[in-house]
Amino acid sequence: MYKIRSAEFLAPNIKKFVIEAPKIAEKRKAGQFVIIRIKEGGERVPLTIADSDISEGTITIIAQGIGKTTKELNTFQAGDSIQDVVGPLGKPSHIENFGTAVSIGGGVGTAIAYPTAVALKQAGNHTISIIGGRSREFVILEDEMRKVCDEVYPTTDDGSYGYHGFVTQKLKELIDSGRKIDFVLAIGPIPMMKAIAETTRPYGIQTMVSLNPIMVDGTGMCGGCRATVDNKTVFVCVDGPEFDAHKVDFALLAQRNKSYLGDEKTALEKQTLEQKSREEEKKEHECNYDKMFFSKISS
Amino acid sequence: MEEISKKDRMKIPRQKMPEQSGEKRVTNFDEVNLGFTEELAKLEALRCIQCPKPTCIEGCPVGVKIRDFIGLVAQGDYLAAAAKIKEDNALPAVCGRVCPQEVQCESQCIMGKKHEAVGIGRLERFVADFERENVGIRTPQVKARTGKKVAIIGSGPAGLSCAGDLIKMGHEVTIFEALHELGGVLVYGIPQFRLPKEIVKAEVEALQKLGVNFQTNAVIGFTDTIDELLQNGYDAVFVAVGAGLPYFLNIPGENLNGVYSSNEFLTRVNLMKAYKFPEYDTPVFNCSNKNVAVFGGGNTAMDAVRTAKRLGAKKAYIIYRRSEVELPARKEEVHHAKEEGVEFLFLENPIEFIGQDGWIKQARLQKMALGEPDQSGRRKPVPVDGSEHLMDIDMAIIAIGNGSNPILQKTTPDLNFNKRGNIVIEESTMKTSKKGVFAGGDIVSGGATVILAMGAGRKAASAINDYLSNPES
Repeated sequence: MYKIRSAEFLAPNIKKFVIEAPKIAEKRKAGQFVIIRIKEGGERVPLTIADSDISEGTITIIAQGIGKTTKELNTFQAGDSIQDVVGPLGKPSHIENFGTAVSIGGGVGTAIAYPTAVALKQAGNHTISIIGGRSREFVILEDEMRKVCDEVYPTTDDGSYGYHGFVTQKLKELIDSGRKIDFVLAIGPIPMMKAIAETTRPYGIQTMVSLNPIMVDGTGMCGGCRATVDNKTVFVCVDGPEFDAHKVDFALLAQRNKSYLGDEKTALEKQTLEQKSREEEKKEHECNYDKMFFSKISS
Repeated sequence: MEEISKKDRMKIPRQKMPEQSGEKRVTNFDEVNLGFTEELAKLEALRCIQCPKPTCIEGCPVGVKIRDFIGLVAQGDYLAAAAKIKEDNALPAVCGRVCPQEVQCESQCIMGKKHEAVGIGRLERFVADFERENVGIRTPQVKARTGKKVAIIGSGPAGLSCAGDLIKMGHEVTIFEALHELGGVLVYGIPQFRLPKEIVKAEVEALQKLGVNFQTNAVIGFTDTIDELLQNGYDAVFVAVGAGLPYFLNIPGENLNGVYSSNEFLTRVNLMKAYKFPEYDTPVFNCSNKNVAVFGGGNTAMDAVRTAKRLGAKKAYIIYRRSEVELPARKEEVHHAKEEGVEFLFLENPIEFIGQDGWIKQARLQKMALGEPDQSGRRKPVPVDGSEHLMDIDMAIIAIGNGSNPILQKTTPDLNFNKRGNIVIEESTMKTSKKGVFAGGDIVSGGATVILAMGAGRKAASAINDYLSNPES
């Protein structure tokens, strides 16, 4: 069991967990991930390691409640435990002094871009980050990014904060302003990563993305996470998770990620039903208590 | 023992394994074989003529004293028989179920020459189950502690059998397992209906009772490297990580939704218990009323196709590029699959998967003919010109074997691997190119069987024991 040291919401539905996992804290490098199983009978879910603290023996993961498991995870609090945490898995990010390096995060993707931004800074890059969200409350880790980046540009789709527009538009503005950009890392929803790839392609800027396919074991054994990169099949868990954005077949990745949509719905419906019955149980319990209480007074 | 003449013994027919009927078992995941009753076991044991020089033992990769344990069964001393088996085999309840006895011990049985071989596997299973169900698995004597520490990477059959021997020799043993459950292929690969997970669990617990330490969620190479294990007080390391990187066909359409490796399909169903979705959280593609095609002809292919049938497949096919004669699967598995309504298409090879809206809908197949024997000694399948045709399928499972997992290769620079990614060892000592590091099982041989991996584990235990007493030899 892996104890949760602290847990807090960074944005609606996006929660940060600091988990006791000393070995992983010691070993992990930027870009690597863990697979967690929140409870007995739970599924195995990959999550990027956002940060670690070797002296505390903790790692940080940040999860957005989308599917059944991540929704349930987001109900976990400090003091609760996660059944299994295994890692660090995957290849670390390729880090060097590129010159000027831009890290782009869309929504919860910022949590995945953050550790690599830290490593890029440590390698001597001039670091820029563009962190986007639908609206102000979905822009996460701005303070953290400011500590490791020379320039930080928050963007919002609705203009409620920072630059009004998409991360791609901000990136294009930076490129067109004549600045020399040597490296781009982009992490977020698949359409965003594809759009970034198309933005940098004409300029020939080296661009990496971190892929988020469905995984089971995360160690190369099942092949469920296969993707097509440069017209070849890769296993994202052992060959990635980071790949050359200009060579990734994003349409295939998006299609494979839809494999279990129907099942996800079934699982969520069951979860909702269980929650309801728990709430009803609670209600009933309270009612009984009330009855008892009042009957005593009246007697 | 009642006095029965050898001649009378030879008249007793080979006792049949009681099993769930084909129609009934495709509706559940319960074990197909139900096991011998005491009566059946005694009768079968009496068929053994107690050869002065038994040949059966030569057919056993771990050298179980078959004649002796069967003699004890015939006398009704089942617990003594269990102890006798466990002198050589750490996992008898597993081996009694999944070993290919017909090509090992039973193929060497003298009775098989004129009559039918003694049902050695069935007796082994009976004895192990009898002990577990009646008195619980008893642990053998352990020698005085040597103070030496051995790390075993992988809790599959090779790792478990190696641990069983090393702990008895008095060494301290820790098994590192990447997954959250112990047993390796015994839990993620082999289905419940052939090897109930409770049995694997009981055998693992018996090793725990003997003193073997287990660490789950430990991916050696990442969590710790082999070098770190050696630096952190382990005197020797046994690498038993299995094969574990599924081969695909490399044909167009293979990444469509609805195409699985057998590893993924079986892991979802067995390890993650997707057959109980949504009670368990992990889903598997809905096979209900669908056409499922499994490509390959080994035991894993049989496991996959029989699993698909149990998940409600309307049609479940084995599509194999050679003929029935070349099928590498155990006869019993093929027989069981047929009884369960699995359809076999021989001499057919897929060349393309065709999809619609991202999901597989059809396979383009090509007929094959058998040509000259290839390196494996089997006749090589060659495509028949103009024989391409389409077949409607909703799900494809690729079960054509495994390559080797790259994690250790990438993180252990001074460990020698061959072109195929298998670890190179010195055959007689199981030593790798790295001092103190031994290897065995599928990571050395490529995909093989549970019992061969267990044999390698035993051999490694003895080699490691020699090494620990004299590391400079």
